[in-house]
Amino acid sequence: MLIRKPADIKSSQITPEGVYLRRRALLQAAGFAGASTLLSRAVAAEDGIPAKYRRLAGVRKSPFSTKAAPNKFEEVTGYNNFYEFGTGKEDPAAESGRFRPKPWKVKIDGEAEVTGTFDYDAIVRPHTLEERIYRFRCVEAWSMIVPWVGIPLGDVLKRYKPTSRARYVAFETVFRPEEMPGQKYPVLDWPYVEGLTMAEAMHPLTLLVVGVYGVELPNQNGAPLRLMVPWKYGFKSIKSIVRISFTEKEPPTTWNLSAPNEYGFYANVNPKVDHPRWSQASERRVSSGFGSLFAERQPTLPFNGYADQVASLYKGLDLVRNF
Amino acid sequence: MSSQRRIRLLWRPLAHVACALPLLYLVLQVAEVAGLRLGPNPQLHIRDVLGEWGLRLLLTTLAMTPLRWLTGKPWPLQFRRLLGLWSFTYLALHFVTYFFLDRSLDLPVIVEDIAKRPYITIGFAAFLLMIPLAVTSTAGWRRQLGSRWVALHRLVYLVAVLGCWHFYWLVKKDVREPLVYCGILALLLGFRVWKSRSRSRAAVAGTP
Repeated sequence: MLIRKPADIKSSQITPEGVYLRRRALLQAAGFAGASTLLSRAVAAEDGIPAKYRRLAGVRKSPFSTKAAPNKFEEVTGYNNFYEFGTGKEDPAAESGRFRPKPWKVKIDGEAEVTGTFDYDAIVRPHTLEERIYRFRCVEAWSMIVPWVGIPLGDVLKRYKPTSRARYVAFETVFRPEEMPGQKYPVLDWPYVEGLTMAEAMHPLTLLVVGVYGVELPNQNGAPLRLMVPWKYGFKSIKSIVRISFTEKEPPTTWNLSAPNEYGFYANVNPKVDHPRWSQASERRVSSGFGSLFAERQPTLPFNGYADQVASLYKGLDLVRNF
Repeated sequence: MSSQRRIRLLWRPLAHVACALPLLYLVLQVAEVAGLRLGPNPQLHIRDVLGEWGLRLLLTTLAMTPLRWLTGKPWPLQFRRLLGLWSFTYLALHFVTYFFLDRSLDLPVIVEDIAKRPYITIGFAAFLLMIPLAVTSTAGWRRQLGSRWVALHRLVYLVAVLGCWHFYWLVKKDVREPLVYCGILALLLGFRVWKSRSRSRAAVAGTP
């Protein structure tokens, strides 16, 4: 299969890192001692990532990465949805301290020759880690650029030898209400479940993520194992996976169960198909600091800019009906 | 100091300061003073904070009349206009933030939003309905309109219903917080219904 490199996004769409850096200089020049102390408080290592996160070794760069400048570590880890820890954007970072991502086991079952319960290392260690800088688009119409670290999901799945009856892959998030306070309230039907077609799961862009910014995945981002399907809305990329099942039938998916008219099984990023309550034609690139206040929204791209790589998966499928 | 003077010289200025505090905090965050920051997605943060405070102050405004009945004291009514105008200020800024910062003055998109997104339609309608209330809130207008002033200002009930509905409709899934607002509004409006019923019953009982 010929996989083209993702098209680069326009420079106007890139998170204005320069604005942030300039702001810091401005603040220091102006002598806001309090502000600059706060800015550097959480920073330990040279790269600006707190030292408590373990560095991942032997990470290879990938041609699938976008050239856009990634969002800041504090944005990626401080502003996201993970309803298991609460429904606010800051809840995952604030409420995930009690979560223990180690040790970790994943049950692999269904239509495959190799099934059973496997340790994290048995799943991840046989593979070379890659850094993939992907565009991330939330169904709520905000987006980020995130440097994930992971392995192609297809490479992992192949080792468990799915049979010819396997047409879908189903995923399940861990259920630990004692460690995940959001699970104590039935805002969604726990545990969170998601699914992909076999073709989507085997696609080279589909990543099984173990880290971000060169370090182990923080709890709030779906430690220790999560999915990243960059051409789909973020809710498809299930976090803290404890079960992978090969199935014959389309598996149920949590947001679809919760609001079938608003969230479909496919959930491909599509500027032409609006969410019933808001437009998907444009998105807000997450960016902090005074300079970003006046940044405009940017147009959303079909398949989140990965149309060249993935549009062929949906040939003949009505994308309006199968949203 | 008479209680009238105390309200005018002490309690009302204090209420103004209290109402201004969330706005002041937001301004400090925007200016990044004293280590305060807006965080990622600042436009939405500003928009949402202004909307929430606007709605809170609107419900507080509506609580003044029941408070007078409950306490039997007239002072709550002296805060009604002040609170209502602060609510309007926050909601106007909420709209301005949406218009300028979130949508960057993109008129076709704004028109589409208002026409096609029901929660924006009703939110915008509530804001428009508030404008005549804010304009006619002065003593001069009140005198000029006479009994029509009271009728006009009953619109505030509709504004509050639309505002709470707007909040309920816009959340993705977790409706707990908007339900609290809706519950408080139901209580405040229910209190008025109960009061007017018991009044008319009293009137009936009083007829010979």
